[in-house]
Amino acid sequence: MTTATIQPDLQRPQLVLGNKRIGDVTEIVSGIVEKKTTPLWWKIAATITGLGAVVVLNLNIFYLFTTGVGVWGLNHPVMWAWDITNFVFWIGIGHAGTLISAILFLMRQRWRTSINRSAEAMTLFAVMCAGIFPGIHVGRWWMAWFLAPAPSQWGVWPNFHSPLLWDVFAVSTYATVSVLFWYVGLIPDLATLRDRATGKLKQFAYGLFALGWRGSNRHWRNYEMAYLVLAGISTPLVLSVHSVVSMDFATSVLPGWHATIFPPYFVAGAIFSGFAMVLTILIPARQLFGLQDLITIKHVDNMAKVILATGCMVGYAYGMEFFTAFYSGNAFESFVFRNRAMGPYAWAYWTMVTCNVITPQFFWFKKIRQNVWLVLALCIFVNVGMWFERFVIIVTSLHRDFLPSSWGYFTPTWVDILTFVGSICLFLHLFLLFIRFLPMIAMSEVKGIMQGHSLMNADQPLDVHGRKE
Amino acid sequence: MSETTSTTSAPSAAPWGLLAQFDSPGALLRAARETCKAGYTCFDVYSPFPVHGMDQAMGLGRSKLGWIIAGGALAGFLTAVGLQYFVAWDYPLVHQGKPFYAWQPYTIVCFELTVLFASFAAVIGMFFLNGLPLWYHPTLKPTSFAKATDNGFFLTIESRDQKYSPTTTREFLEQLGAVKVETLEE
Repeated sequence: MTTATIQPDLQRPQLVLGNKRIGDVTEIVSGIVEKKTTPLWWKIAATITGLGAVVVLNLNIFYLFTTGVGVWGLNHPVMWAWDITNFVFWIGIGHAGTLISAILFLMRQRWRTSINRSAEAMTLFAVMCAGIFPGIHVGRWWMAWFLAPAPSQWGVWPNFHSPLLWDVFAVSTYATVSVLFWYVGLIPDLATLRDRATGKLKQFAYGLFALGWRGSNRHWRNYEMAYLVLAGISTPLVLSVHSVVSMDFATSVLPGWHATIFPPYFVAGAIFSGFAMVLTILIPARQLFGLQDLITIKHVDNMAKVILATGCMVGYAYGMEFFTAFYSGNAFESFVFRNRAMGPYAWAYWTMVTCNVITPQFFWFKKIRQNVWLVLALCIFVNVGMWFERFVIIVTSLHRDFLPSSWGYFTPTWVDILTFVGSICLFLHLFLLFIRFLPMIAMSEVKGIMQGHSLMNADQPLDVHGRKE
Repeated sequence: MSETTSTTSAPSAAPWGLLAQFDSPGALLRAARETCKAGYTCFDVYSPFPVHGMDQAMGLGRSKLGWIIAGGALAGFLTAVGLQYFVAWDYPLVHQGKPFYAWQPYTIVCFELTVLFASFAAVIGMFFLNGLPLWYHPTLKPTSFAKATDNGFFLTIESRDQKYSPTTTREFLEQLGAVKVETLEE
């Protein structure tokens, strides 16, 4: 085992540290799920977020349903506020998961294997949180089924020319494809848990969902093709979803919304916020479960670089919006942007700029990118900033209507605030359940990229580390 | 249960096949290549992750799944076109002076449904080609096989293979460097 080491022509960076063998990966990742005693921090966190998700969120939605959307701080010019802000915020966060699982897969970024499972799970939970808000903001919620093209005796169909309907299709397709992609990736790992399960219940539950997977190469062949194609079609899908979301705004004639830069600007912002959220939840999980050898500092570093790149794009978009407003010579357009930076919502605008443009600049420095706690702190700023970005886009564009007589100001009520807090709790609670009951690292994928495996051929029998046996 | 009796007493029926364990993906790859060369057709290999080059070693062509997905994508596209033109015809909605049958606004939903149907085709097609879900399989019975989803590498040759013989096939597998060869019951 320790004798000759094969030197490959091109040394690949080590993606799994600590000289691990493939059995160790199974042991570490399954060990988290199989541990008999649940950690205390998990119990406390799950209780708090569970109460938030079940009690706070549902009570607020119940109050909203029984009373009406007036319980939110909405008023006449500001008819969209926290509801749609939260929707865009959550849906944007989801994008990082699909980017990691699909786009980085197509680009052969092999480091993605350690983080794709949890990032995809995060996508699902974020999309669930996002789905709540359009559903509950419609006012007459019992007519929410009008969103779907359901045949009815009334003969009324939705308007396929409306970007709001495109959004229904884009988001529901996105949610469905994300679930499929996630589940397909999970099957071999569920089989691992099934084969290791000691209790009857676990064996049954994991076995049921593993669908009888046995790692046959005749299966892997089709499996890899399905995975590749899912990645291929998720790539344009993830770029389209936030583009379509941005069209909810961009196709209207409201200054501040009516901008052709919106689709790419929203997509960059989505990836920016999503990567920040991935790091926000993965850094604590990595420390608490001792996964430093699998989710290495290199992963954190790479993700910080993505945040830096997309943060610069977002900063560019902020600047370009102002330039376009100025250069267009349109009085209404210039007013909206002057009002954003210096009007009643200047505090929100400058919070956004500070968090989204200045914060990522720290990631130019390797020392900061490799300090997980600093990265975590900066990512929280980015999360806050990206929430404010959506708030600024939506509320500042609405609160100064064309007629000064209908100008207004939006202040959230406690129902607004608690509904959002409830959705955060739901998101965190689902993630906590996920890391306790499902493998949070894609074991079969990590094993496939371990050093040496790709160098093997039949004439030189090597173990997975590329060493001679 | 009948399965316990069949393993303890001498099996009357023919066994399902032989299960050979190898200790590395490299050894498995070589074994698959040799098994294919020796003329076996009803054989399969099992590994905790897809071993690259195994398809060629086993003499397998490209997966047929792409055609199923293409069919799904086309079905999704046609569904979207059909749905939107039907709605425009069944419920002509006058708004903003836009033409009823303009194709431009329809592109988004066409794209979404194409992706949606193609994804379902990819997943369902993959299960269909793989014959999954299948909760019982002879390989899943022996406890040693649990390693196939952990760090074990296995090769099976089925008894229905024309070249199969209980003695020579076992010798053949041992020659290939199998660390352990077991008989699998149906």
